[in-house]
Parts: sequence; structure tokens; C-alpha cells
Amino acid sequence: MSKDTVLIPKTLTSGSGAAAILAAGIGAFLVAILAIAADKFPSVRSLMIFYKPTGPLSGVTTCALIGWLVAWAILEGLWRRRSVALGWVNAIAFVLLLLSLLLTFPPIADLL
Amino acid sequence: MEITARGLWTMIHGMGFGALYLLACSGALAQIYRCCAPGATAAGRRGQRFLGAYLVVMAVLAWLTVFTGAYVIYPWYRALPPAGTSNLADFPQRLLMSNPATIGWHSIGMEWKEYLAWLVPISITMAAAVCLRYGPSLRNFPQLRRAVLGFIWVSLLAALIAGFFGAMLVMHAPVEGGAAIRLMQGEMP
Repeated sequence: MSKDTVLIPKTLTSGSGAAAILAAGIGAFLVAILAIAADKFPSVRSLMIFYKPTGPLSGVTTCALIGWLVAWAILEGLWRRRSVALGWVNAIAFVLLLLSLLLTFPPIADLL
Repeated sequence: MEITARGLWTMIHGMGFGALYLLACSGALAQIYRCCAPGATAAGRRGQRFLGAYLVVMAVLAWLTVFTGAYVIYPWYRALPPAGTSNLADFPQRLLMSNPATIGWHSIGMEWKEYLAWLVPISITMAAAVCLRYGPSLRNFPQLRRAVLGFIWVSLLAALIAGFFGAMLVMHAPVEGGAAIRLMQGEMP
């Protein structure tokens, strides 16, 4: 065996990585969606004020982080021992990430 | 040479945690390419363990940046002045909004930065977790590696945008106030 060969442990599948990647995309997208909701709807805005000095930013980011971690835990539980089609997972995660980049940009968010 | 307590916190947030994160990004990208590129040496792959620790440090920096920004500096930035206040120097958001030439730094710059910045710790935490989980085996999962690289590139872009607007906001309406901290005593001419 060549010294450059890397052995892959039998238990190591692409599932854990796919779960982390897709969850990150979901978490990023949640930040954008909740930010827009807090901006558009006064009821959501007041609901998102977890810490008054920081305003709705506190609730938006806390909820997005909780959503991200919950999604990660669920996907990890589902995919840990499976090999997942990474092409699709990567594509969805990047679309979500790029959408969150665009949707957090105020001139674009204001169009919605 | 004096600096206010709020100015010091702003410096720790931007020039400390934030700038360190930006500097660290290029190292992380170079190390991933070095460890995982076809034909990478065994020594390069051993660097994968170092890369995992390096990304964890970056994730800690990113979290410290967003939490100090959101929970220490932002409340000072968005504080409302008492009725009748004419000098808005201690109320940066209101100062920016009081002038048509500077309102965009708040309505576009700060309003983008305050949410966009959170994509950075989410992305880099994912990258650190994947690198730690897979170690040298990451080389054998090229699509995973590409995703990690992509997220780090996007985190770099988001951090650059947030850093740029942070610098511009400090330039146009610095967060100042609190106790004065004397750094050094100068000499009178």
C-alpha cells in the first residue's frame, strides 16, 4: 500500500458532511427569511425583540441559530450512516446560501 | 492618547476579532487546497489536523465578532436620543439618518451588515465540523471538500462586506462614549 493512500474508516459516509452542509444553508436562509418577516410585519417584529437594546436582531438571529442547530441534528440523525447524493445537497445548500446573501441586501428585500 | 470605552469595544470587535478572521481566511483556503489537492504530499495531509484546529479558532473569532457586534456595540449604535437632543454625536444611527448624504450608510450598510454577518459563523462552523469529522479522509470526498471551500469563500465575501460597511460606519458616525481610557501620555511641545 502506498504511503500516500488514505484509508476511509468503514463507518465514514458522506452523510454527516451532507447534513452539516445542508443545515448551514438552511440556517443562513432562515436569517434572511426571518429578517424580512421582521421588517415587513410589525407583529413579527415585536415578537422578535428578545433583548430590547438589540431589537428584532436578537430574536431573528436566535431563532435562525436554533433552526440551524435543530436542522443539523435532525439531518445528522437521518444521514449519519448513509451515503448521500452530495451533488444535490451541495446545490440546494449553495442556492440557499446565495439567496440569503441577496435577500439580506435591503434594496432586494424591499422589492418583496 | 485617550480612547473611550465604547471606542475600545468597537476596535476589539472590528480590528480585533473581525480583522483577524479576515486575515485567517486566506490561510484556511490555502491549507485546504494544500491538503486536498491531487498529488498532495503526506505532510500536506498531516496538515489536515492542523486545519481542523485552525478552523475551530476561526469559528470562535467569527462568533465573538457577531456577538460583540450585536450585543455590545449595536445597542449603543441604535440608542434613541432624549427628546430635544440637538447634538447626535452619541447616537450614531440617528446621526446618519439626520443627513441625506449619510442615511444610506445606515439604511443599506448597517441593515445589510447586521444580518449578513451571521452567515460567517454559520459557514465557518460547518467547515470546521466537516474538517474535524473527516480529517485526512476529506481528500476522498471531493464534493464535500468543494462545498467546504465554497462556504469559506462565501464567508470571506460576507465578512469583507460587513467589514467594509463597519469601517465606513465608524468613519461617518463612530460609536463613542463611556469612560475615557488613557493609553499613553504625550509630551507638550
